[in-house]
Amino acid sequence: MDPSELQELAARERAAQPKIVIRTCMSTACLAVDSEPVKAALDAAVEETGLKDRVKVVGVGCLGLCGKGPLVAVDPTGELYQHVTPEQARSIVSSVAGGPVTAERLDPTSPFFSKQVAVVRENSGMIDPERIEAYIAADGYVALTTALRDMSPSDVVDAITASGLRGRGGAGFPTGLKWAMVAKSPSDRKFVVCNGDEGDPGAFMDRSILESDPHRVLEGMAIAAYAVGASQGFIYVRGEYPLAITRLKKAIQQAKRLGLLGAQILDSSLDLRIDLRIGAGAFVCGEETGLLASIEGRRGTPRARPPFPAERGLWGFPTVINNVETLANIPTILRKGPEWFASIGTERSKGTKVFALAGKILNTGLIEVPMGMPLRTIVEEMGGGVAVGKAKAVQTGGPSGGCIPAALFDTPVDFEALAQVGSMMGSGGLVVMDEADNMVDVARFFMEFCTEESCGKCVPCRAGTVQMLRMLTRIADGEGHEEDLETLESLCTMVKSASLCGLGQSAPNPVLSTLRYFRHEYEEALRRRRSSHEESGDKAGDSAG
Amino acid sequence: MGKIRFASVWLGGCSGCHMSFLDLDEWLIDLAELVEVVYSPIADAKVFPSNVDVTLIEGAVCNEDNLEVLHTIRERSRLLVSFGDCAVTGNVPAMRNPLGDVDPILQVVYVEAADAQGQYPVESGVVPPLLPRVRPVHECVRVDAFISGCPPSADRIKAALEAIVAGETPHLTGSQLKAG
Amino acid sequence: MAVITLKINGKDVTAHEGQTLLEAARDANLPIPTLCHLHGLSDVAACRLCIVEVVGTPRLLAACVTRVADGMEVSTNTERLQEYRRMIVELLFAEGNHFCAVCLANGNCELQNLGAAVGMDHSRYEYLYPKRSVDITHERFGVDHNRCVLCSRCVRVCDEVEGAHTWDIAGRGGKARVIADMNKPWGDASSCTTCGKCVQACPTGAIFRLGATVAEMQKDSSRLELIVTAREKRQWVR
Repeated sequence: MDPSELQELAARERAAQPKIVIRTCMSTACLAVDSEPVKAALDAAVEETGLKDRVKVVGVGCLGLCGKGPLVAVDPTGELYQHVTPEQARSIVSSVAGGPVTAERLDPTSPFFSKQVAVVRENSGMIDPERIEAYIAADGYVALTTALRDMSPSDVVDAITASGLRGRGGAGFPTGLKWAMVAKSPSDRKFVVCNGDEGDPGAFMDRSILESDPHRVLEGMAIAAYAVGASQGFIYVRGEYPLAITRLKKAIQQAKRLGLLGAQILDSSLDLRIDLRIGAGAFVCGEETGLLASIEGRRGTPRARPPFPAERGLWGFPTVINNVETLANIPTILRKGPEWFASIGTERSKGTKVFALAGKILNTGLIEVPMGMPLRTIVEEMGGGVAVGKAKAVQTGGPSGGCIPAALFDTPVDFEALAQVGSMMGSGGLVVMDEADNMVDVARFFMEFCTEESCGKCVPCRAGTVQMLRMLTRIADGEGHEEDLETLESLCTMVKSASLCGLGQSAPNPVLSTLRYFRHEYEEALRRRRSSHEESGDKAGDSAG
Repeated sequence: MGKIRFASVWLGGCSGCHMSFLDLDEWLIDLAELVEVVYSPIADAKVFPSNVDVTLIEGAVCNEDNLEVLHTIRERSRLLVSFGDCAVTGNVPAMRNPLGDVDPILQVVYVEAADAQGQYPVESGVVPPLLPRVRPVHECVRVDAFISGCPPSADRIKAALEAIVAGETPHLTGSQLKAG
Repeated sequence: MAVITLKINGKDVTAHEGQTLLEAARDANLPIPTLCHLHGLSDVAACRLCIVEVVGTPRLLAACVTRVADGMEVSTNTERLQEYRRMIVELLFAEGNHFCAVCLANGNCELQNLGAAVGMDHSRYEYLYPKRSVDITHERFGVDHNRCVLCSRCVRVCDEVEGAHTWDIAGRGGKARVIADMNKPWGDASSCTTCGKCVQACPTGAIFRLGATVAEMQKDSSRLELIVTAREKRQWVR
């Protein structure tokens, strides 16, 4: 396919779009609450009412407010409905002809929606993720065309660098710099790898992007491949995302069929083949060197760096490895220009970030907001706060991150600001806690996760996380000693400094941050122990007197 | 200054550490000038006294009696020293810990392996119940110093005691720290 | 090969380009404790005992995999490093079932020696007493997982020097363990050549010769050096 054919296809697809479109979310969360029968009912209703020429029902990707699914949206009126049942679905169709609607309305102008800035999620919930034509009609593969036709590989690297894009997987490494390093590495074989092993508990941003707009990721990888000189790509997706895997497979197949993957893409010099690799249940395989080892068929254990993957990656060759969300930004950056991207966000954190709101928050789901937005806006306005009382804390960064107390909710979401308060951006998981949540329990929960996911290679992480968990459990269960707190803190510092990879280095973070802001809860737990043992005169239990 | 009030105890131990203590040979005579043995399995005392300056604890904490005695000793001693690998790490008595609960072990030892009339040894007030896990001494009470070894050599014991009679808390270093 | 100058513990030291900090420190008589390092095998930086502080880097670096660079300023034995090394060894002792008194490596054990070297008089961490197995199905050797510290030296020596790759590691975190072939009893592992290199490479009494009793086993890891020197330099010297 050449660029002009691509344009024609886009025009044809846009022309074929009827005036009225009813979009039904067919991503995992809504499917789990039976959005499939809802769509079937919509299809049947359109058929029965003879509106097939005027109305189209489309299964789309994630509409964002996952906790209120199944979600249905209507264009061009912009009506939005929540908790839709198949019976109510019919009334939505009849409302097109002016009839009443029994489905529950959702206000599309509420802060949850109005305060978002869609970059990575611009197509999510708008197009059918299983049709490449829909992606192309939405300006899909235009950025790739521009890159291949009008830019040199180093122009592309410069553009990404100028945009200020930083890795969205958690570390926030400047993407342009990473690509430049790979582009500079002399080798006739290079690789582009997409890290879709999203492992943080409570994080589902990448899953959503892969399910809702898989072609965006393919296009991002193709642009990356062109920029660095790679001809083989891998998308490593965790095995627990079957829908994402299915949709990616389909997308790759469709792209190949249209010549947007394979040899001489869009009549250029770029050859690119993308293959999927499926994970098998290891959080540590989201660590870049662990992931690469897994693709190579070896045990997914991280290795010492340097050398970095940019220099020596897959099978020893220079490799770009980027997170799903990072790659999903690339097409939009090239289409709208790096200056436009850099105009969003803060001084050192450009662009937007997708957050997965979870925990006690009322509006569970996905949002994309400009970097620099205060946490308070996210939690109270967009998230709708919590059901009972007030939000006590927010955990960002999953098991690698920290808890931010309500007093600090004016903190903007930006790499540096979050690090300064003892947390981190992480991949975007944002778990909200209320007064009923015990922070020692929270720390214990994340530490348990780390003990189960530690690869076992290095002693501080393997043995240290187990011991930290034992101490946290003792304290949480009211069996802790004063010494436990001291031993715990010193062990945290050691594990943080001495571990081989990011998993171990960040495993102590939830403990350290809860100790920093919620020390009174730890001390309260220790007091509980002392008083219970005094009451029963218990001497047979532990007592380092 | 009066003599140092010195005590030693074996809990779940084989007495090997005490035998090694006796290997101090003629230095024991010098030691006798400086300490008063107020309680020891190798001395004649029925009740653990109060105001003890230093107590050496041999053996791991294996049953409820051990634990009770240990708490009493901790209350009545200024300096408590874990004496030998069993006290410091659990060592041989702790080898039952990986096997899990106490019950299955008692079942195998006293019922299945019995020649006749297998039964758990139960005599309330006489046979102390086993603790679910054998513990090193410092997991039960605060310990001030450690002497490892199985048994610690007489030289090592002497080095520790020399510090003690000088009024210091012993801190062994280098190869004196080796276990086993 | 270019000569590099750097400072280790304030002392000016020269090294060859391509050397690791561990090698440079040893050459300068400033040894750094190690466990997973074995001369002749690839380095994996797993035990974290050889961590050092390097001016200009916030992270602690493992000396065994960090190459020397001109002007580097390295501290190998600060109070913090000593404290961390001791914590690591204490974690190891608490993690497995290291009953020195009944072990055939008693007195000739790298873990024991490390305990003394880092000043460990007891472990402040709770002894876990995990349930681990012993495998004596092999005709000449045995493996006692209670004593294993997961240094992976057996894995590397069997893969890199013997070439059989009988040993590998299965499981994750605290459940990780060495396995023979696809988790077979060692006696049934068809790739094993009974060369005994893993016995020599193992720092503790985990892998042992059958028939040895308490404190009887002596290991000679210099034999492995002999093989590697022979292979790489075509010299047959110890």
